[in-house]
Amino acid sequence: MDILQLLIIGTIVGSIIGLGAMGLTLSYGVMKFANFAHGDFMTLGMFLAYVVISDLGWGTSPIGNFSFGFGLIPAIILAILGVGCFAIITDHFVHRHLRLRGSGIITMAIASLGIGIMLRAVIQMIWGPTAFRFTTGINTALTLPGDLKIKPDQIFICALTLLCTIGLYLLLYRTQLGKAMRATSDNSELASIAGIDTDRIRMATWGISGGLTAIAGIMLAMQSQLRFDTGFTFLLPMFAAVILGGIGNPWGALLGGLIVGITQELSTEWINPGFKPGVPFVLLIVMLLFRPRGIFGSSI
Amino acid sequence: MDHQYEKNFMAIPDSVILVTLIGATNWGVGFLTTVAIFAIVALALNLQWGYTGIFNFGVVAFFMIGAYTSALLTLPPPSKFESHILGLELPVLIGWFSAALAGGLLALVIGLPTLRLRRDFLAIATIGVATIIRSIANTTEGFVNRGSGLNGIPRFLDNFTNASDYKWVLLVIMIVMLSAVYFGLQRVTAAPWGRVLRAIRDNEETAMAAGKHTVSFRMQAFVLGGAIMGLAGALWAHRTGSISPTAFNDLFGTFVIWTMVMVGGSGNNKGAVIGALAVGFFWFGTPLIQEDLPDILGTRVFQLRELTVGLLIVLFLLFQPHGLIREKPQVSRFITKRKNMYQQLD
Repeated sequence: MDILQLLIIGTIVGSIIGLGAMGLTLSYGVMKFANFAHGDFMTLGMFLAYVVISDLGWGTSPIGNFSFGFGLIPAIILAILGVGCFAIITDHFVHRHLRLRGSGIITMAIASLGIGIMLRAVIQMIWGPTAFRFTTGINTALTLPGDLKIKPDQIFICALTLLCTIGLYLLLYRTQLGKAMRATSDNSELASIAGIDTDRIRMATWGISGGLTAIAGIMLAMQSQLRFDTGFTFLLPMFAAVILGGIGNPWGALLGGLIVGITQELSTEWINPGFKPGVPFVLLIVMLLFRPRGIFGSSI
Repeated sequence: MDHQYEKNFMAIPDSVILVTLIGATNWGVGFLTTVAIFAIVALALNLQWGYTGIFNFGVVAFFMIGAYTSALLTLPPPSKFESHILGLELPVLIGWFSAALAGGLLALVIGLPTLRLRRDFLAIATIGVATIIRSIANTTEGFVNRGSGLNGIPRFLDNFTNASDYKWVLLVIMIVMLSAVYFGLQRVTAAPWGRVLRAIRDNEETAMAAGKHTVSFRMQAFVLGGAIMGLAGALWAHRTGSISPTAFNDLFGTFVIWTMVMVGGSGNNKGAVIGALAVGFFWFGTPLIQEDLPDILGTRVFQLRELTVGLLIVLFLLFQPHGLIREKPQVSRFITKRKNMYQQLD
């Protein structure tokens, strides 16, 4: 395929990885542990949206050239709320206790892995092992100059990523909450001494991280399909993006996501597409070898 | 099952008992053989995680590398319906040895860039390794016969008995291997080497201050653990006779092993074996009662099993972080001897 065409696909996949990685890096920065359930949070978001779109059948008639109708808006809202609440609840019942006991980041990471396994099992119990699609209709690709093709849905994915990034920027740099979150991420003890309610900040972080992940999940489901393990297999590219950009740095994570996505797609020009899952791993290892703190440096 | 056969089967209650008894024995022998292999993997993970605090989320990758290495070395050259490399018809023991080497080598490759960094980086790096190895096995033409897998892997010592008694030979082989690994690990973990590992796990800075090259020790433990996992993979391959990429999934090969170590109690070898028995019994036992469960549970028994594995990890972390068997604070026999000696002097 044309390199430029691969570049376009890479940007789309990269946007999805980047958005998911922004959520992952936020919780990594504030909570200090790697959340191995993040991929499954993503799957939860997809399926919550799928319930609204397919099972409830709200607003399914397509808008313009897109494959989805107005039903996508309540679907996105439900997914954000659902995943955000799930993240907050699991933190309340599991991670909070471990934190109070003074458990290390490794213990918390293992707990998150357990939560991920449970969530994946429940999703498989409800929806089974089959793959679903949001819409059955064909999303006709637009032809750009130079015979490049892009689907309207894919333009929507990139636009939504941009919108979420701007939203996150405003939240982190223009609100009191964002300032407190950044302070907690930099040094939670100092933040707590300065009078910041770090428990509340953790809750907010889980909510925002979950929300971003949910949106990324919906975009991934639009781009491909949804299955109980879609999010889990997406975990490695997201972690690679987080480490590429530096842990705790959302802009780094977005850039890291784009790098991972574009490299992954471009690699198919030269190597067997079956090796695509290995690309984020190679990027991760190269980064860990030469610059383990990430492109922009990490907060922890 | 044939209908006529089923009728006859029901008519003779005595033989039913006999048949179930034989069935139970068969199941028990198969179960113990499998659990012995799993216990070896759990012991290896316990060396990495329980003793050294190395966070390996890619256990199944080492297991798979070992299984494929040994299979490729011991299989006959590929027939015209298969396409894989090697096929050297080497003795099974050489296959096992090479499997351990391959597992250790994989550990070295992953450990070099990650072990000197934050502890969770290794976990992040290992979580994807199995997926990548599976996809390489699945897509590369003429490498390991892709999705069809390798079949007819030779058995070890199968000219010893007839086919129906071979299961006992297998069981003995596995128990011998498990004992060898167990006592070997027991020896090295009680030795100064193992005590350094525990010091690194509990406080790396202090261990460093005591002049220990901690990264090197962590690498040694990671490589030794990886080698044992590779060996276990080879034992598995020669037990089942056929392997394919999909069989090595993360749940069965990594997360169940983690649950075994968490449940049994990390940081002691007895715990790993007991955890393997307990979790293994649950894991392989639940499909047997599938038909007796109410439909709503019975049809979802595999997902329920998966759910329980996740739940066990979380519950043990929260309520029983030391597992069923607590780690002994003191492992060296010399210290006890010394103490007794001093007491006698006093």
